[in-house]
Amino acid sequence: MSLGGDRLPGSGLFSRRINRAPSRTLATVVPWLTIALASLVPLSPVIASTPVIPPLSFMLLVGWRLLRPGLLPLWAGAPLGLIDDLYSGQPFGSAILLWSIAMIGMELIDGWLRWRGFWQDWLVASVVIAAYLLLSHVVASIAGGAFAPGLILPQLLLSFIAFPLLTRVIAILDLLRLARIRVLG
Amino acid sequence: MAAPQDRRPGFSKRAHLGLFTSYVAASAGAALGFVVLVVSLLNPTAFAFARAAANDVAAPAGRVSATTRSSGKTFIDVISGYIEAGSKNAQLKEELAVARSRLAEAEAIKSENARLKALLEVRETDGTPVTTARLIGSSSTSTRRFALLGAGKRDGVQPGQPVRSAKGLVGRVLEVGNRTARVLLVTDGESVVPVRRVKGDISGFAQGQADGTLIIRLIDLGINPLKKGDVFVTSGSGGLYRPNVPVAIVRNVTRDGAVAQIVSDPAASEFVIVEPIWQPITELRDPAQETTP
Repeated sequence: MSLGGDRLPGSGLFSRRINRAPSRTLATVVPWLTIALASLVPLSPVIASTPVIPPLSFMLLVGWRLLRPGLLPLWAGAPLGLIDDLYSGQPFGSAILLWSIAMIGMELIDGWLRWRGFWQDWLVASVVIAAYLLLSHVVASIAGGAFAPGLILPQLLLSFIAFPLLTRVIAILDLLRLARIRVLG
Repeated sequence: MAAPQDRRPGFSKRAHLGLFTSYVAASAGAALGFVVLVVSLLNPTAFAFARAAANDVAAPAGRVSATTRSSGKTFIDVISGYIEAGSKNAQLKEELAVARSRLAEAEAIKSENARLKALLEVRETDGTPVTTARLIGSSSTSTRRFALLGAGKRDGVQPGQPVRSAKGLVGRVLEVGNRTARVLLVTDGESVVPVRRVKGDISGFAQGQADGTLIIRLIDLGINPLKKGDVFVTSGSGGLYRPNVPVAIVRNVTRDGAVAQIVSDPAASEFVIVEPIWQPITELRDPAQETTP
């Protein structure tokens, strides 16, 4: 299944086209809102005694950035990272810094690569997520506790596997984003 | 799919400026993050107010999910309970009979203990729990181990108070919001609990490893007397944690201590109890008073 414009299964959901247009507000707000909501994952029913849950909010940021370049501004890492820091349990400021660096880094990678594709996006995302998890652990171990990179391994593998699934979710959210809900005239 | 080329600014001065501004803004964001991170590493409680406020706002979502967790767990328990109902019932009845007689003995020992303590004039802080609440969240993605408690300042929760479940020690309160509190779990790398082996007077420290286990370091070095299956309880030395709350069971014996599994998995306990900070109040007798009758 290729992401060919709006010929996705489910695009018929919003099939009233005459006299309807996508809402500008909705088209802008959806990525911000989904990433901020994913930052609330620490309040989910899972009380973990080991770090097992993939960093969903960061993965959504990477996913939105790779699937829809230019939709999130380059500086989006800082405000979204701030929200994530409030709930993640990391030392405050770690996500503001790392998410900003990740956004700039992905922009540079984008300027460097000449081609886009599923496998390449997956590879880029895997590298970015691995670097993020490792640096997060470094920051957390400075704040308290031992440095043990083996700790993040299960989480890392889970994130690698989960990323393609997450891109499907983002594609569905993208349909929602461009739903024709504004009535013209 | 070829990369979109429309982000190249071309000759437009305005587009050039816009691209430049966005890079400046992003770098400024990173710089801000770095400064904030350094501040919070030097002073971990610097942004506690922001976290507490944010947690207070999001607490209802956590409460709902905590209820979901407990009901989900019960559902699975009910199904597995049906499968092994008969044999388990007989076994439990037997255990209950033994436990009842042990309980009676324990009650007698408890009252004797209270009598002896009164004789020695040892006074302790009152053990009535501050409050009972649910754990409504945990730092599930970070390598730090925190949990979020559904009770805060207005329930009387204060920083430093130990948190336990019916099974054993869970952690201690670190930051307090109005309706929520952040709990440092015993499995966090920063948490150190003074512990004692139940059998024999072997004391040490249990430090978290962030992966559900604790490292136990003994105070007296020498031949390691620990064995697999040894149970450690809080020793109460230094105050803070009330003595004789179960903490961990030894899983692997190392050269100078042991790796132990925590007794009370925070995921398995529906409600936790916040206890007051424990302090043994030892009365220092004035030697001048003793000499003059």
